[in-house]
Amino acid sequence: MKCSVCSTEDATIHLTEIVNSKMMELHLCEQCAYEKGTDIKQYFNFSDLLAGIADKDTVESSLSTEVSKCSQCNSTFEDFSKSGRLGCPHCYVSFKTSLNSLVKRIHRSTKHIGKRPKKVPGELKPQIELRKLQEQLRILVEKEAFEEAVKVRDLIKKLEVPKKKVKKKNGS
Amino acid sequence: MDLKSFIDSPCEWLKATGPDHDIVMSSRVRLARNLEGYPFSQKLSKDERKTLIEEVKLSAQSSTKLKNAFFVETQNLNEMDRRFFVERHLMSVEHANNKDNVGLCFTKTESVSVMVIEEDHLRIQVIQSGFDLMKCWKLIDQVDNQLEKKLSFAFDNTLGYLTACPTNVGTGLRASCMLHLPCLVMTKQINKVLQALSKLNLAVRGLYGEGTEASGNFFQISNQSTLGQSEIDIIDGFEKVIRQIIDNEREARKTLSEKKQQKFFDQIWRALGVLKSARIMTSKEATGLLSMLRLGMDIEVIKGLNRKNLNELLIFAQPAHLQKRKGKTLNPDERDIERATLIRETLSKVQIV
Ligand SMILES: [Zn+2]
Ligand SMILES: [Zn+2]
Repeated sequence: MKCSVCSTEDATIHLTEIVNSKMMELHLCEQCAYEKGTDIKQYFNFSDLLAGIADKDTVESSLSTEVSKCSQCNSTFEDFSKSGRLGCPHCYVSFKTSLNSLVKRIHRSTKHIGKRPKKVPGELKPQIELRKLQEQLRILVEKEAFEEAVKVRDLIKKLEVPKKKVKKKNGS
Repeated sequence: MDLKSFIDSPCEWLKATGPDHDIVMSSRVRLARNLEGYPFSQKLSKDERKTLIEEVKLSAQSSTKLKNAFFVETQNLNEMDRRFFVERHLMSVEHANNKDNVGLCFTKTESVSVMVIEEDHLRIQVIQSGFDLMKCWKLIDQVDNQLEKKLSFAFDNTLGYLTACPTNVGTGLRASCMLHLPCLVMTKQINKVLQALSKLNLAVRGLYGEGTEASGNFFQISNQSTLGQSEIDIIDGFEKVIRQIIDNEREARKTLSEKKQQKFFDQIWRALGVLKSARIMTSKEATGLLSMLRLGMDIEVIKGLNRKNLNELLIFAQPAHLQKRKGKTLNPDERDIERATLIRETLSKVQIV
C-alpha cells in the first residue's frame, strides 16, 4: 500500500481516527507521518466537520447578518473555514451565530461548566448580557413572536443556571 | 542548550509505576489557554511573539511549580533537538516544526510542561506513569492557577476558555491514556472496542505497522468534547471508559493464557529471540516485538527484565534518541543497526530458558 499523502513511499503507519462516529483510516509513510504530525485529526477532520453541518443554510444566512471581518484581527469566517483556526478571542463575538452552531455540533453544548479564572476580566459581562436578553424577551412576547421568545428564554435559563453551580463549588 | 543530560535522565512517566501501569503506560491531561490582548498564535507578529514568550516565562518563574523548570526557545534548537522533544512527548510535531520562534517549559522530571505558542498560546501538560488522571488533573489545576496570577487568560462567561480552534473551547481540557492492548488485538476484539468508543465521542489513535498485527498494540485514547461538562466530570466519565477497556484486555489475556497457551507463549518467546539476536531492526519491527516482550513480562512468562527499561526502550529506540546517544547524524540504515545494538545491550541479562 502506498502512502496516501505522497503516494510514492510505502505506507508503514496506519492511523485509525474516529471522528463523529466515523472511522477514518490514513496510511502514511514514516516521513509524511512525521511531517503531518501525530495530531492528524486537525488535518482531515475539520473541513469535514464544517461540510457536515446539517443546516449549512443557517450558517450562510447568518453570515450575511454578521460582520464580514473581525474588528480586532481582520479575519473572515472564510479564513477560519480554510485553516480551522480563528484569528483572535474576539472572533467568537464577531462570528457568534455561525460559531455557536458549530460549537454545538462539536460539543453537543454551548455552555461552559467548569473552571473559571479567579479574576474574570469582564466581571459584569453576564449581568449585562442577561439584561439585554430579558429586554429582548419582553419585546418578543409583546410582538407575540413566541417561537423566538422560547429561544431567548432558553438562553436566559442557560445564563442563570451555571452561576449557582459555581457558587456551590466555591463553597465546598 | 545541552541536551546530553536528558538522554539518560529518566522521564518520570516511563518509570512504570502507578495504578494499572501494565496496561496503561501513561495518563496525560492538557489545558489550552490563550492570553487576552493578543491575537491567536497564527496571527502573532514577531514583536508580539517575543513579548508573549517573555510574559509566560516570567509567570512560570514566579510560580512554585515551574520556577525551577527549563525554558527553551526553538530558535536555539536544531532540528534533531526538536525531534528529540517530540519523541519525549514534550512537543507536538506542529509545535516543533513551527518556522517562527516558539517556547517550551518543562520540569526536570518532565511531568509538567508548557508549550508556548502552539495552536494555542499555552498548552499546559501533565503526564504521569500508569492510570491516574485525577492526579494529573490536581497537578495541572494548580499549575494553571499559579500561571494565572500573572497572566490574563481569554475567557468568555458562556463559552469558557477561548481557543484558536472551537474543538477545544470551554475547559480546554484533553485527557488521554496510552494503552497497551496486545490481547484485544490478537483476539480481534479491538475493532469492537474502537467502534464503541466512537459512539462515546472519544478519539482513538492506533499507531501500527502493516501486516504485522503485533507491531502496534499501543493506542492513545482521548476525549473530544471540552464543553458542557466540568473538568472533573469529563475526567470521571473518561476514566470509566478506560477502566472498562482495561478489564476487557485483562479478560482477553486470561483467555489466551488458559486456552491457547502454547501458541500464545510461542509468540512471546520468538519476539525475545529476535530482539536478543537481530543486528538490524526498523522502528516498526522494534515496537511490535517490544510490545510482545512487554506482554511477556505482564503475564510473567519472561523474567529478569526491568519494566522501566522496557518502557524506555520504546522511546530510546526512536531516531532522534539514537542519534543523540551516538552523538552524530545517522541515516536510516545506520539507525536500524544502532537500534538493534541498543536493544541487545538492554536485554543482555534476559535469559532465554
Ligand atoms: Zn509519504
Ligand atoms: Zn478576531
